[in-house]
Amino acid sequence: MVKPISNLGNYMLLMGRVFSRPEKFRVYFKQYVSELQQLGINSIGIVLLISFFIGAVICIQIKLNIESPWMPRFVVGYTTREIMLLEFSSSIMCLILSGKVGSNIASEIGTMRVTQQIDALEIMGINSASYLILPKIMGLMTMIPFLVIFSIFAGIIGAFCTAWLAGIMNATDLEYGLQYCFIEWYIWCSFIKSLFFAFIIASVSAYFGYTVEGGSIAVGKASTDSVVSSSVLILFSDLILTQLLMG
Amino acid sequence: MIQLKSICKSFEGRTVLEDISFTFENGKTNLIIGQSGSGKTVLMKCIVGLHTPEKGEILYDNRNFLTMGKKETKALRKEMGMIFQSAALFDSLSVLENVMFPLDMFSNDTYRERVKRAQFCLDRVNLIDAQNKYPGEISGGMQKRVAIARAIALNPQYLFCDEPNSGLDPKTSLVIDELIHDITEEFNMTTIINTHDMNSVMGIGDSILYIYQGHKEWEGTKDDVFTATNERLNNFIFASELLKKVKQEENKNNK
Repeated sequence: MVKPISNLGNYMLLMGRVFSRPEKFRVYFKQYVSELQQLGINSIGIVLLISFFIGAVICIQIKLNIESPWMPRFVVGYTTREIMLLEFSSSIMCLILSGKVGSNIASEIGTMRVTQQIDALEIMGINSASYLILPKIMGLMTMIPFLVIFSIFAGIIGAFCTAWLAGIMNATDLEYGLQYCFIEWYIWCSFIKSLFFAFIIASVSAYFGYTVEGGSIAVGKASTDSVVSSSVLILFSDLILTQLLMG
Repeated sequence: MIQLKSICKSFEGRTVLEDISFTFENGKTNLIIGQSGSGKTVLMKCIVGLHTPEKGEILYDNRNFLTMGKKETKALRKEMGMIFQSAALFDSLSVLENVMFPLDMFSNDTYRERVKRAQFCLDRVNLIDAQNKYPGEISGGMQKRVAIARAIALNPQYLFCDEPNSGLDPKTSLVIDELIHDITEEFNMTTIINTHDMNSVMGIGDSILYIYQGHKEWEGTKDDVFTATNERLNNFIFASELLKKVKQEENKNNK
């Protein structure tokens, strides 16, 4: 019980250092732009790939499992859109990103710790926590709404392709379903949730990397711990955020 | 000048440093020597502020490092340069960008002036030709020299070197030692080197502090080493057969 509380305390202290005034805005901005590329743009491929196939599979599953004479045909499109919009493109995609981006952040900062690069920054009088972590948090939070949009579109395209290629339903019914009872607020819910999740992924992973003690085994453990912890926190906060935003 | 007064440090009840007092003088290469695990690195980390001692004072030209405020500490840090055992260069930056990094952070010079200063420092360590390479593309000795160039980029008053020769061949070690010694004299810095390399002790040890199991065992200069009667120091310094013979020859000549 003591360790999680101690971790929480240390995490809060680290965040206090992260959100202090940057030493030189120009250098931080350069880092921020580089993180946009590393954490965001480099994740577009995996987001598109997974979302496309999940959209396609959802379409097939819905069609096969809820098809009945009294169920309208457009329900397949409607359900696919709701799943993609409300949960997959924000929550599940962030769970996937916590594996890709989270482990990347934890191992990068952890390696900097064990090779004394963080000590070198501290000796120079630089706030290493802010310099290394703040651009990552800001970079991921900037890119995540775009990744959500890409994911929603890729999922819908996947559903269309399945409907068309497998011939399981006509595109008109699917299109009607996709537009049926559309509520704009759900898009905002997705964005808001994903911003929280992006903060969790970047900050928790950075915390585990920054507090590494030891060598390569410790870096590997920090990387695993960061993915597990951020995944659990994403699931837990998803529950709370969904209730708050839609309840 | 850096003065240590009764420095004590322990980890989880285990005493690592015990009542260490010493003065590291300006314009000299000051060496901290001792066996592995004797507390050299902990002492250096205390001096540069990566560890906080439980007791004692660390005075940088009469400014108490342990009691100064955040602003003063930050200002003092700009007067420090450090060369780590692993060189600790930033992998994602080129050699030139590594040397420019402290200038980018703290200097208000124009980009052209910062490049010029970084190139001057690289030229000083004979690495101007490697400026566009990345740390992973150069040898260990070259990485140490880049670390020296980065450490002197802001014209520091105090230079700290944590085992600068570890992992280097004897010839490259000599080059690094001479470079640090020359830079110390040229820029009139207070340099502290943490080492267990006997060539460094004999070559550049203007002032030597020998630590044994966390306490100060002996102090002197490289010339005092041959006449020292401290048994622990002699066992440490003249551990190898070659150095034993050197000492015997030296003693014969003195007689």
